[in-house]
Amino acid sequence: MTGISIRYRAALALARALAWASRHLLHRGGNVIGGAVMLRLAGGGIAAKARRHRITIVTGTNGKSTTTAMITAALRVRGAVDTNADGSNTSHGLAWCVATAKAHEIVLEVDESWLPWAVDTFGPAAAVLLNLTRDQLHRRPEIQPMAAAWRTALQAVPCAVAVAEDPAVVWAAYGARRTEFASTGDGWTSDTVLCPQCGEVLHDRREVWACNCGLTMPAATVEIRDQRIVVDGQDLGIYERLPGHVNVVNAAVALAATRDQVEPTRALAAIAEQVGDVAGRYRDVTVEGRRTRLLLAKNPAGWQAVLGMLREGASILLVFSAEGVDGRDTTWLYDVSFEGLRGRPTAVAGQRGTDLAVRLHLDGIDVGDLHRSVRSALMALPEGEVDVVATYASFQTVRRELHVA
Amino acid sequence: MPDLTVAIVYPELLGLYADRGNAIALRHRAELRGLSCEVRDIHLGEALPEAVDVYIIGGGEDAALGPAIRELRSQRALVGAPDRGAVVLGVCAGFQLLGRRLEAPDGSSVEGLGMLDIESRPLPDRRAVGEIAVQSPLLGELQGFENHRGDALLGEGVTPIGTVEHGVGNGHGNQEGAIDGNVVGTYLHGPALVRNPVFADYVLAGATGAELEPVEDELVERLRAERRAALVHERRGRRRRRW
Repeated sequence: MTGISIRYRAALALARALAWASRHLLHRGGNVIGGAVMLRLAGGGIAAKARRHRITIVTGTNGKSTTTAMITAALRVRGAVDTNADGSNTSHGLAWCVATAKAHEIVLEVDESWLPWAVDTFGPAAAVLLNLTRDQLHRRPEIQPMAAAWRTALQAVPCAVAVAEDPAVVWAAYGARRTEFASTGDGWTSDTVLCPQCGEVLHDRREVWACNCGLTMPAATVEIRDQRIVVDGQDLGIYERLPGHVNVVNAAVALAATRDQVEPTRALAAIAEQVGDVAGRYRDVTVEGRRTRLLLAKNPAGWQAVLGMLREGASILLVFSAEGVDGRDTTWLYDVSFEGLRGRPTAVAGQRGTDLAVRLHLDGIDVGDLHRSVRSALMALPEGEVDVVATYASFQTVRRELHVA
Repeated sequence: MPDLTVAIVYPELLGLYADRGNAIALRHRAELRGLSCEVRDIHLGEALPEAVDVYIIGGGEDAALGPAIRELRSQRALVGAPDRGAVVLGVCAGFQLLGRRLEAPDGSSVEGLGMLDIESRPLPDRRAVGEIAVQSPLLGELQGFENHRGDALLGEGVTPIGTVEHGVGNGHGNQEGAIDGNVVGTYLHGPALVRNPVFADYVLAGATGAELEPVEDELVERLRAERRAALVHERRGRRRRRW
């Protein structure tokens, strides 16, 4: 046994003890303290261990937890896979996942700002890039610098899988040695209107994007045509386990990321069977006659997508906050149209509920009294189906107040 | 034909930071007074129409400044707007583009539209991000959120909107924004007119040429009171941490 491995094992023993204490005494996840200890005492050992695994990292503004779960489900058709299903997607959580992984295959959800660090530390075999849209504007006010950082980092990655409609992620993906693309089938609707390569205005914006400098929307091996997923020309049918077109896109990207390893028909079946909710998202919970479904939305693109998933006839509970990872800036509410909620019973709660109530008021939606408690807001709605949409910090409050594990 | 037309100029390039909120606020305040209001998006490649009462030029990424100024220079409707009695509201990048000259973070310099007597350059230290409170002799207490890295140097041809009480604003001299008749620039980004109905009414009055009756909006006042209280709480916290 080498000196490095002794140090690594000692660090792991200490980290496990602290993680156990964190879980049992402080009722926390334990992975953050575990990962912090490992990086502090055995960072080199983590990097060396990572290179004995095959790692896929998954990043993007929206959909990374769900797509990580889908890729994991697909790869489990072949064998064991470890993943950070708890959503700890920055350095400590990622390090802990790798340090404790037993399976050869690891799928890591990575916060978009941490992609360069994750590539440098773990040397992944593949990187999956979903999208880049505005999120947490106080921390990441611009998209272009993030795309540039991704592109530079990906030069060390053998394969990048990306969504073809998003020019920023396509350009970043070309940093990798090999690329694979999935198409959403709904044209170019991303935030990006400037060419990430030369800075000029892209043209043909609604269908296929292109720039005079030569950068153009690539052909995809996995496509969505009329809501059906098509892989290499083969129609695999409709995916409808999780609601909304965004989840069909997530499934298509998961198939593009795994098609070299798992036969796509089997992969899609595994995704549909195993990925029913993701850390509480899409979970159904009945509370005093209200059949709630929990939905998470963190930014303009996420809210717009989730508002399109609402069940017909369901009442709506919106829970809004601007704390921690939500970011401090609430102004992006005005980049979301709430007009589709007119006429529906709607209640608002959350630490920044007044911001949201004003936004709805300007779209002609009156929510009545504002609620500090999620439960009281829920009880203000009629019995029956209630779709609950919450920002990240609020989502944890919803889970706590409605006793959702 | 609507009583009022508000144009969001190049929303895909200069409307990335909730700038639609300002148009929504203007429509709301107009409708409270029984005035009909149409909000129009003017996309890249379209000619800017002259039959517009308020032009909103909003925030964009640093990389957008070059393409944006080239497009805007080719549009006569904007430069002639104040003479037609229309209001031009520039926010963040839009504020800078209305100026005489702007310096980009990479050190390059570009000539602006020259509609406001200002020059802008990058803030020397870091990006200004957070709640901002301003006392304005014209508009009273203004509040909002800023997220920019611009420092606006005001010439003699403009007056600042007000004095910064919390936040950064123009970046020096405790000033925020600039006004020259019907041309207004501010760093209060996105829906500044939602949180500041007096500011919205100032723009409406400029565009309609009418004296507007005051209209209370209880929910907006509640939001203003909440954010004012949060700012006081934040300041107290900072003072305690200093001790």
